[in-house]
Amino acid sequence: MSKSVIEMPPKGGFSFDLCKRNEMLAKKGVSPPSFRKTGTTIVGLIFQDGVILGADTRATEGPIVCDKNCEKIHYMAPNIYCCGAGTAADTEAVTDMVSSQLQLHRYHTGRESRVVTALTLLKRHLFNYQGYVSAALVLGGVDVTGPHLHTIYPHGSTDTLPFATMGSGSLAAMAVFESKYKEGLTRDEGIKLVTEAICSGIFNDLGSGSNVDICVITKGGKEYLRNHLQPNPRTYTSSKGYSFPKKTEVLLTKITPLKEKVEIIEGGDAMEE
Amino acid sequence: MTKQQANWSPYDNNGGSCVAIAGADYCVIAADTRMSTGYNILTREYSKICKLADKCVMASSGFQADVKALQKNLAARHLIYQHQHNKQMSCPAMAQLLSNTLYYKRFFPYYSFNVLGGLDNEGKGCVFTYDAVGSYEKVGYSSQGSGSTLITPFLDNQLKSPSPLLLPVQDAVTPLVEAEAIDLVKTVFASASERDIYTGDKVEIVVVNAAGIRREYMELRKD
Repeated sequence: MSKSVIEMPPKGGFSFDLCKRNEMLAKKGVSPPSFRKTGTTIVGLIFQDGVILGADTRATEGPIVCDKNCEKIHYMAPNIYCCGAGTAADTEAVTDMVSSQLQLHRYHTGRESRVVTALTLLKRHLFNYQGYVSAALVLGGVDVTGPHLHTIYPHGSTDTLPFATMGSGSLAAMAVFESKYKEGLTRDEGIKLVTEAICSGIFNDLGSGSNVDICVITKGGKEYLRNHLQPNPRTYTSSKGYSFPKKTEVLLTKITPLKEKVEIIEGGDAMEE
Repeated sequence: MTKQQANWSPYDNNGGSCVAIAGADYCVIAADTRMSTGYNILTREYSKICKLADKCVMASSGFQADVKALQKNLAARHLIYQHQHNKQMSCPAMAQLLSNTLYYKRFFPYYSFNVLGGLDNEGKGCVFTYDAVGSYEKVGYSSQGSGSTLITPFLDNQLKSPSPLLLPVQDAVTPLVEAEAIDLVKTVFASASERDIYTGDKVEIVVVNAAGIRREYMELRKD
């Protein structure tokens, strides 16, 4: 009997085969597992000599903090970095992928990567997936054409801005930027402003927290200040400490011996290769 | 034609965690002071603890509007009791009153997760734990609220109640001294605020003992 439908290998991308099943399960009250999102406050600003990117370091799974010190500022090229908000797996995957593509492109052209190249690669990918790749990015870098800062939304739209914020804490951070940003900031002023904006997100947004990461990119090079500020130390550690001696409580012991006969077959088959 | 789902809910969750631990001659009741909605903080200094009677204190997490209404209701009922009986309500009596008050609204519940703590008629610590519709139980310690899933396993390990299956029935009250219990509560809240986004800011610790009711605060993470 010949099959009427030829089995095609999956073409890649998303498979929506389970959507009907998921809908049916949801109706029955089964909730889907939550994914790890980064809650997040990420910011970027352009200063006198280049670009400064900032991010908090909290990753959440619903109401629980799953990583107190994760890295949200991703490497794209020696002169380009990208902050990511949204689903952690998506931001990691998409920045890693475009970073590799940029490297190959550098080998091909023999030139330093440009920020607009990274921008176009990212936005094309995200648009292709119609917003299902939930990555909201702040891309910044300095190339031959000067310093650049862009925001990229999950559906693939982009903005080019002198200062930008993304993530659940973006409103808290933007409030700080809108009050205090001016053109031609010095390096120290810029770092101070970015730190203030991220702290505003950390303390006023529940999805963001822990420490402040900063990345300063200039024509001369980059400076990655991991945990530039740590305003949230543990508040209380018991001086006497705690021991955990208790094992599982034994309420009842019942031993049932299994059969002791084991039959040995002489000259059995050797294991299949 | 699929059933139309409600697009408005009368409830909201303001987050927070509460803990209570009963000792031989004291009771510690603690709750954090953060009130939030969604990803925003409404205030960092909201007390979730309410004194219902001389030796009886309640801590509640959940929807604070319902909690406030519940506290007012119980306070009024307590006043009536005092007028009728010329004495304060005991903790076990208040415990039953709370249960009945909650079940009264079985079909439009108070979205309030309560722990009641205090001293019983003999001066021994007692803790009662509730669900939203009034099911209650006298226990040696309890935790409710958003951080309860993080706190309860640790308290189980440190204060483990003897199994109810063992005979003779043993009392669940902890042999720890008051200072040790407070130390435990501080550790528990510091740990919960590391991993629960809704717990933080400050913890309010209330201690009920023969001398009366005492209150202290400790700072927690503010992020």
